[in-house]
Amino acid sequence: MASSGTVTSGEYIKHHLTNLTYGPRPDGSWGFANSSAEAADMGFWGVNVDSLFWSFLLGALFLLFFAKVAKRITTDAPGTAQGFVEMVIEFIDENVRSSFSGKNDVVAPLALTIFCWIFLMNFMDLIPVDLIPWGLSYLGIHFQKVVPSTDPNVTFGMSIGVFLLMIYYSIKIKGLGGFAAELTMHPFEAKNPILKVLFLPINFFLEGVGLIAKPVSHSLRLFGNMYAGEMIFILISLMFGSGIILSLAGGALQFVWAVFHILVITLQAFIFMVLTIVYMDMAHTHH
Amino acid sequence: MNINVTLLWQMVFFIVFVWFSRKFVWAPILAAINERRTTIADGLAAAEKGQQAEEEGRKQAEQFVVQAKAQANEIIGKAEKRGSELVEEAKSTAKDEGSRILNSARDEIETELNKAKEALRGQVSELAVAGAKQILKKEIDPKAHSELLDQLAAKL
Repeated sequence: MASSGTVTSGEYIKHHLTNLTYGPRPDGSWGFANSSAEAADMGFWGVNVDSLFWSFLLGALFLLFFAKVAKRITTDAPGTAQGFVEMVIEFIDENVRSSFSGKNDVVAPLALTIFCWIFLMNFMDLIPVDLIPWGLSYLGIHFQKVVPSTDPNVTFGMSIGVFLLMIYYSIKIKGLGGFAAELTMHPFEAKNPILKVLFLPINFFLEGVGLIAKPVSHSLRLFGNMYAGEMIFILISLMFGSGIILSLAGGALQFVWAVFHILVITLQAFIFMVLTIVYMDMAHTHH
Repeated sequence: MNINVTLLWQMVFFIVFVWFSRKFVWAPILAAINERRTTIADGLAAAEKGQQAEEEGRKQAEQFVVQAKAQANEIIGKAEKRGSELVEEAKSTAKDEGSRILNSARDEIETELNKAKEALRGQVSELAVAGAKQILKKEIDPKAHSELLDQLAAKL
């Protein structure tokens, strides 16, 4: 427990769940929020600097590493780095081939980016919760959430990005009319034109809910899993401040939870990728 | 946990990253993987072809060996025949030569025998005269009686 002894458990948890937010203060000047209440007051124009920093850093690391390998790629026997990169690419390619039936060369790189990026963001969860915030506290940075996928802004940012691509390709492949028909002619169908008009709002409501539910469930699934995992790490680390026996038990618990979490972070990245592929496939197929 | 402008930034990052990944990561790596795939497939096909060629070559070589063996057998047979022919020839030549030598030897013996007979005849006539001289205790003129003696010798 990095914070001083005067901090209560509730404060400790709240502290760990507050982003480093930069935005307009009530007095009109711009700056970092000093508490979660201040951060909330910044409203829409507040920026979670920590989420964006880690998210960008991890995505850039992944892309630069892969691009570096791609630049020196050889068709002869591959080295270790190339072998690893090719293994990942072939894994993604296989998944895309099995779930996506259309012809679109954006889907595979989209899936690759999502899988690797989300995996790395989730991986930050395995770094001890206090380590990076503790180091940064010496630099005068008091709030730090190092796992970007526990910030709903990040997960919604990606799921809405996928959602927009989905709508874009739906309209591109089926035409605006085809897309509109898909939203209004199902699930209730009728030959009679009067019935058709009658069913139209009902269908639109049902399909609209289904459509909106996609990005929401897509991002909340990832966010919920990672947020809960992070929360448990924070709760376990509370034990470190409560005597030797509880500290030892906390260490053991943290190890067990971290091992289990290796599965969770990989699985969540994989699920997000598969759902993206499936949504893109739906955008490309006629019903 | 507030929804704020972070979301829009994340969306921008997302779109830029996907674009970058498509252009600089996916395309070159997949191209290389596919190229290697075709190279390997070509190599395997070439290996199969090579194996077929080897098989054919081996069959041909076997055929050559069989042919060569047959030829060698033929040559050996011919040589054996020629050899026995030579032996036969030599045998008959030797026989001829032998009988020729035998004949000439016989002729010589005949001549020698005749010579010896002639000599014996002369000596016999002398012996007869000497014998008669002893018996008659008187000189007989060999010249006077030569006709008689010649007749005697001819009878021998």
